[in-house]
Amino acid sequence: MPLKTYRDAIKEALREEMQRDERVFIMGEEVGVWGGTYAVTRGLIDEFGEKRVRDTPIAEAVIVGAAVGAAMGGLRPIAELMTINFSLVAIDQIVNNAAKIHYMFGGNIRVPLVIRTPAGWGQLAATHSQSFEAWYASLPGLIVAMPATPADAKGMLKAAIRDENPVMFIEHARLYGVQGEVPEGDYTIPFGKSEIKRAGKDVTIISYSRMLHVSLAAAEQLAAEGIQAEVIDLRTLRPLDMEPVYESVRKTHRAIVVEEDWVTCGMGAEIAARIGKETFDYLDAPVERVGAVEVPMPYAKNLEALALPDEKSVIEVVRAML
Amino acid sequence: MATNVLLPALGFDMTAGAVARWLKKEGEAVKQGEAIAEVDTEKATVEIPAFASGVLQKILVPPGKNVPVGTVIGIIGAVGEQVVTSVIASTFASLSVNSAKQSPTRELGIASSHPSTRFARSGALLAMTEDGSGWVKASPVARNIAEKNGVPLADIVGTGPGGRIVQRDVEEFVARKSLTLSPIRKGDEGEVVQLTRIRQTIARRMTESKTTVPHFYITFDIHMTNAMQMREQLNALAADDEKISVNDLVIAAVARTLKKWRMFNASYRGDHLEMHAAINIAIAVAREDGLLTPVLHDVDKKTLKEIAREARALAERTRANKMRAEDLAGGTFTLSNLGMFGVQEFSAIINPPEAAILAVAAVRKTPVVAGDAVGIAQMMKATLSVDHRVADGAQAAQMMRDLKMLLENPVNLLLD
Repeated sequence: MPLKTYRDAIKEALREEMQRDERVFIMGEEVGVWGGTYAVTRGLIDEFGEKRVRDTPIAEAVIVGAAVGAAMGGLRPIAELMTINFSLVAIDQIVNNAAKIHYMFGGNIRVPLVIRTPAGWGQLAATHSQSFEAWYASLPGLIVAMPATPADAKGMLKAAIRDENPVMFIEHARLYGVQGEVPEGDYTIPFGKSEIKRAGKDVTIISYSRMLHVSLAAAEQLAAEGIQAEVIDLRTLRPLDMEPVYESVRKTHRAIVVEEDWVTCGMGAEIAARIGKETFDYLDAPVERVGAVEVPMPYAKNLEALALPDEKSVIEVVRAML
Repeated sequence: MATNVLLPALGFDMTAGAVARWLKKEGEAVKQGEAIAEVDTEKATVEIPAFASGVLQKILVPPGKNVPVGTVIGIIGAVGEQVVTSVIASTFASLSVNSAKQSPTRELGIASSHPSTRFARSGALLAMTEDGSGWVKASPVARNIAEKNGVPLADIVGTGPGGRIVQRDVEEFVARKSLTLSPIRKGDEGEVVQLTRIRQTIARRMTESKTTVPHFYITFDIHMTNAMQMREQLNALAADDEKISVNDLVIAAVARTLKKWRMFNASYRGDHLEMHAAINIAIAVAREDGLLTPVLHDVDKKTLKEIAREARALAERTRANKMRAEDLAGGTFTLSNLGMFGVQEFSAIINPPEAAILAVAAVRKTPVVAGDAVGIAQMMKATLSVDHRVADGAQAAQMMRDLKMLLENPVNLLLD
C-alpha cells in the first residue's frame, strides 16, 4: 500500500467524492484560491471550479447556516471551518439546526452535511488551541468522527459525505503531515467501529485522533518494560463503539483513556463511566484518565508542552496501575 | 480523653494483620505500656501496648479479623468516661449523625466540654467507622475471583495501591492454598501439615528473593584465634548476661564495617538506592515454627557489651514469642549463624528489601600454612550474599576483606 499523508488522504477523499457525485461541493474561508489554511483543498478549485469550491466571508455562522440550507435542498455540502475554535461562532447552526432539523420535521427532511474542522495547537494560545469534541459528541443528531490515521481519514470522510446525517469531521492540525499506508481505490470506513491498533494483555489504552499516536508510542516503551498494552482507537466519538473496549478490559482488567482535551467532562469521563458499568466485576484498578492540564492553553512553548499529555504521562499512570 | 488504639505496622512490609487475642476486656482498666492485645502478623505474634492509661472502652475489631494497618481496633478512655462510648456505639449503629435517635447523645456531647466528645462529633469517628466497619478494600475482579474460589477476603493481604487486594493477591492466595492442600497423588494421602504463618511467609519471601534478586556470593576464611582469645579474656570477668558470643563479635564487626560500606546497608529501588541512615542488624533465630529475623537497632552506636546484652534478650524474647513491635521492624542487613551446629560453610538467601546477608559458619581448629610450616589456627568461613543490582564482586570482596581485618584484629572492636 502506498504511503500518504493525512492531508493527501483527505484531499483524495474530497476529490474522488466530487468526481463521483456532482452534488458534492466545498465552502469555507480560503478553501478556493488559497487552497485552505492547512493546504488540504489546494488545486481543487482548478479541477472543479468556483461553483463547487467556494470561498466565503469570515462568517462561520453563515458558512454552516448556508451549508445546512444547501443540504436540506438536496446538495451534499462540505463546510470547512478553519479551526474547531471558530465552530463556537457557528454553534447555534450546528446544535439547533444541523442536529435537530431531521427530528423536528418528522423525519421528512435530511441534512447530509459534513463540517470539516481541525482541532490542535502549536503556539496558537488559549483561544485557538482547544478540543471541543466532547461537546459535539454529547449531541443526539450528530455524528462525530475523529480519525487518527490517513487510511481512516480517507475512508471515514467518504463515509461522511455519503451519509444522510450531519457529520462533525474533526481533523487535527498536528496530524496533517503524518504518513500512513492508504489503500488504493474507493473504500469507506463505517461509523461506530472502534479498532484495536495494537494487541496486548496487561492494560487497555483507549484513545483517538493524535493521542492514538501518543498512546502507541507509550505502549512501545511499556513493552520494553514487559507491560503489554492493548491500544484501541475509537475513531468515531458518536456513535461510540464500546464493545471492543469491554472485551479488552475483561481480558486486561485495567483501562486508561488518553485524550487531548481537559478530562473534566471530557470523552474519558463518558468512557470511564461505561466501563465501570459494563465491566465492573472485571476491574482490578479504577479507570484512569490522562488529558490536558486544566488551564487555558499557555502561549509559551515550554508551558504549552507541560499542559499537554504526552507518552511520559501515559507511562507513569500505567505503571502506577499495575 | 479517648485514645484510639491503632493496628501498628510491625515490619517494613506489613500492610495488614489480625488481633489474635484481646488481653483486656471492655471496661477493664489498662495502664500505659501494658499489653492490651496480641497481633498476628505474617511473621509472629506480637503484643501491642496501651499508649494511654484508662479503661478499654471499646473493642472495635474482633480477634481473627484481618484489617489494614492504621485501622482503629479499640478505644481507651478515662475512667468513668461513658459519653464517648455511647457516641461510638450510636455512630456505629447509624452513620447519620442527624438521626433523631442520636439527639440525646448529641446533647450530652454539647453539654460536655470534653475534647474527645467534640472530636467524635466533628466527624473523626465517622472516618474511623469507614476503617473499622469491616469493609475490605479489594478490586472488583479480586472480589469476583475470591467469591468463585470460596476464599474469604479477610484472609488475604493486599499489595495494590493503598493496600487494595488486587487480582494477583487472590490468585496467589488460591494457588498457595491448593499447593498446600493437594495430595501428591491419589491414593497416597499422607498426613497433611498446614503451614504455619511463618512458614508461609518464608516460602513467599524466599521464593520472591531467589527468583527476583540476582545473588552472588563471596566466601572468606577468617582467622579467629585472636578473637577467641579476646573473648575468653573478656568473659572471664563479665556478668552472665553480658558474656560475649562469637556471634556478638561478628555483629559488632559487621556494623562497624557497614559504616564504611554503606551500599551493603541499602535497598534497591528500581532507579535508585535507598541508603539507610541506621544500621539495624537482623539476626536469624531458629524456632520450631520457622525462622525469624528479629532486629538489633543502631548496632554501630553500641558497645560490644551492649550488643551482647541486647542480642541475648532479643533472642530470648523471640524464642518465647514475646517480641515487641520494634523487634520485627527496620532491619537493614541480616546475619545468619549456623556455627553452633558445626556447619563448615553455607550461603544464605537475601532478606528483601535488604542488599546483603552474611552466612557465618563454625569456628574450627584447622591446619593452616604459616610461612613454610603447617600450624593450627581457629578458622571461620563467612559467606556474603549480595544483590548484584546494588554492588559488584570487587566491592563485596573489599568489604569482606575489611570485615576479616577487623575480626582478625579484634581489639579494634573495643575502641568504639
